[in-house]
Amino acid sequence: MKAITEGKKAERRLGLWLCAPAALVMVAVTAYPIIYSVWLSLQRYDLRFPAEREFVGLENYVTVLTNSYWWSAFGVTTLITVISVVIELVLGMALALVMHRTLVARGLIRTVALIPYGIVTVVAAFSWRYAWDDNTGYLAQLFAPDAAPLTQRASALGIIVLAEVWKTVPFMALLLMAGLALVPEDLLKAASMDGAGPWQRFTKVMLPVMKPAILVALLFRTLDAFRIFDNIFVLTSGAQQTGSVSMQTYNNLIRGLNLGIGSTMSVLIFIAVAAIAFLFVKVFGAAAPGNDGGKR
Amino acid sequence: MGRAHRIPGRRGRRLRVALCAMVIASPLVAACGSDGGGITVNVYYSTEENFDKVVAECNDAAAGRYTIALNVLPRGADDQREQMVRRLAAGDTDMDVLGLDVTWVAEFAEAGWITEWTGQDKTDVEAGTLAGPLATARWEDKLYAAPKNTNVQLLWYRSDLVPTPPKSWGEMLEQAKRLKADGKPGGILMTGAQYEGLVVQFATLTAGAGGKILSDDSTRAVVDDGAVKALEALRDLANSPASSPSLSNAKEDNIRQEFESGKSAAFQLNWPFVYASMAKSNPELAKVFKWAPYPAIDASKTGTATLGGFNLAISSYSQHKPEAFEAAKCLRSAESQKFSAINSGVPPTIESVYDDPEMAEPYPMRETILDELKNPAVRPITPAYQNVSTLISTILSPPAAIDPKATAERLRTELQDALDSKGVLP
Repeated sequence: MKAITEGKKAERRLGLWLCAPAALVMVAVTAYPIIYSVWLSLQRYDLRFPAEREFVGLENYVTVLTNSYWWSAFGVTTLITVISVVIELVLGMALALVMHRTLVARGLIRTVALIPYGIVTVVAAFSWRYAWDDNTGYLAQLFAPDAAPLTQRASALGIIVLAEVWKTVPFMALLLMAGLALVPEDLLKAASMDGAGPWQRFTKVMLPVMKPAILVALLFRTLDAFRIFDNIFVLTSGAQQTGSVSMQTYNNLIRGLNLGIGSTMSVLIFIAVAAIAFLFVKVFGAAAPGNDGGKR
Repeated sequence: MGRAHRIPGRRGRRLRVALCAMVIASPLVAACGSDGGGITVNVYYSTEENFDKVVAECNDAAAGRYTIALNVLPRGADDQREQMVRRLAAGDTDMDVLGLDVTWVAEFAEAGWITEWTGQDKTDVEAGTLAGPLATARWEDKLYAAPKNTNVQLLWYRSDLVPTPPKSWGEMLEQAKRLKADGKPGGILMTGAQYEGLVVQFATLTAGAGGKILSDDSTRAVVDDGAVKALEALRDLANSPASSPSLSNAKEDNIRQEFESGKSAAFQLNWPFVYASMAKSNPELAKVFKWAPYPAIDASKTGTATLGGFNLAISSYSQHKPEAFEAAKCLRSAESQKFSAINSGVPPTIESVYDDPEMAEPYPMRETILDELKNPAVRPITPAYQNVSTLISTILSPPAAIDPKATAERLRTELQDALDSKGVLP
């Protein structure tokens, strides 16, 4: 190890000083609320009983983690996340290939494909709700006469997934298209010279090269999907056990005014999201956004 | 280069000037409210037709000493509560008079958000006000609000199909089944969706069986035999041929519309707003559209019904409390209540208003309403009402799946947790 010269040291110190304002802002706007909600989660704190505020340690965590409503919401959230992300990956890949390969009106096609992503989620969710409403909807009687799909658990979950998928496939396609651009044309030509068919070229050449982009896309979408709120809020408000963990947190925190239990739930969601990110980065080797998989 | 520098510079300065102007102006904006020599009393109230006219009357009565500003809250009860609660929790001083659903008074009082009514104000409010609605405005023997209007559900039926209205829940089911068997519209419509409406039905049925959901002091979940009978009644209706297929999704407006179509139903358990609506949308059916007391499980208790309605409370953070009390008293005075009853259809809380001859035409059912009001089933009064209500509607939904004994047991444990603010809301 070579000793760092005086000049280098000064440069580093300057670097730290230059980072400091940004770091301070980050601490103020993200670290403080997170630490505060952890602090709240360790208290019995119900706004309706302000006199009974006290420190209870991990009691709130025991309450939430032994509660069947929480696990039911957790199951629903996981189910929606897995199903919608898988469908989005398949459709997003197909859309990305089309957008990448299209020869005519490329700009127009890309713009049109992105429209659903540009629509505000709540607005889109309302149009889905009216479409499936049993009185006024034009889709409600699609599968059975007199059906009220939003009032049955399975069909309501299906509609939530549909709304999610419709909305975010373009986003997935956009991220995957960035990955497709990384695949060298020469490599594909060489593979087809060696006799690889289209499917083999896709699985043996394109997918391995695109892996970092795919993992980043999956990571983004999984984190987003796990925190699903707006679609469910508009479509069912969590009736028929279709509530996600975020819905439940809202119900306890905002409707129930129970800051202790509500904060406990948001901390648990934070931990779950951190675990998902950890899994993707450490186990599947997804690169953090900003560096391209350490392959430089 | 110089140019490129100047523009953001000028923009920056302009922005700064604008910001300063805003900072300087904002106290003025707040103060604007109190110009004209008087004080502004901010009233937050849910959507009610013609309520602005009541406010205008009271402004005239105040003769410039203060001005009432009406702020209309969102339509949904949950949204109304959320908006007020968020602001009160932050100590907002701009709210003076709050329109509270009868079930929120205990919660707001316990949290210290609303001021007790004392002295002359209290005496004025208590004079002539019906005991049932008045009970919803009390918490721990103190008066925290002034009942503005009340509400009770009645049994609405078609006199062409049902010559004599049923005297009990069982009789109603029997009559409905007979009509169905004869191929006539015999449906019984009830609010069975997973929301407050289902809780109202459960509370009414429980009281009608002489039962209790919570103990009198609202600290223990009782869910006694009467409540079990109520659960049986709900299950029986849901599984009877007389029930509507959309029961588990029906709210008050859905069942009003279904009944007005005249195709399937002979009975409807609903608030009095359906009467005026029927006259407008189906005048033919309106001729045979009759009312009767809510049929109880125990026939001797028929006419016991859950109270709805709104109370007016004064925010603890109000800067103009004396004026706010005065304004609230005016908004719920006998004249104001009569005006609202005739023009907006909301039942008064002051007994003498019912005797007014002008009430006869818009309110032919006023005798029945008054009888029920004197025999009320008050919903559990507890600061944790929101949790209690959410749990009840979740556990009872869908009504067809109720297993009386097991459901009662579940209610007992989960409601107890909610009362101790221990449990988790679904």
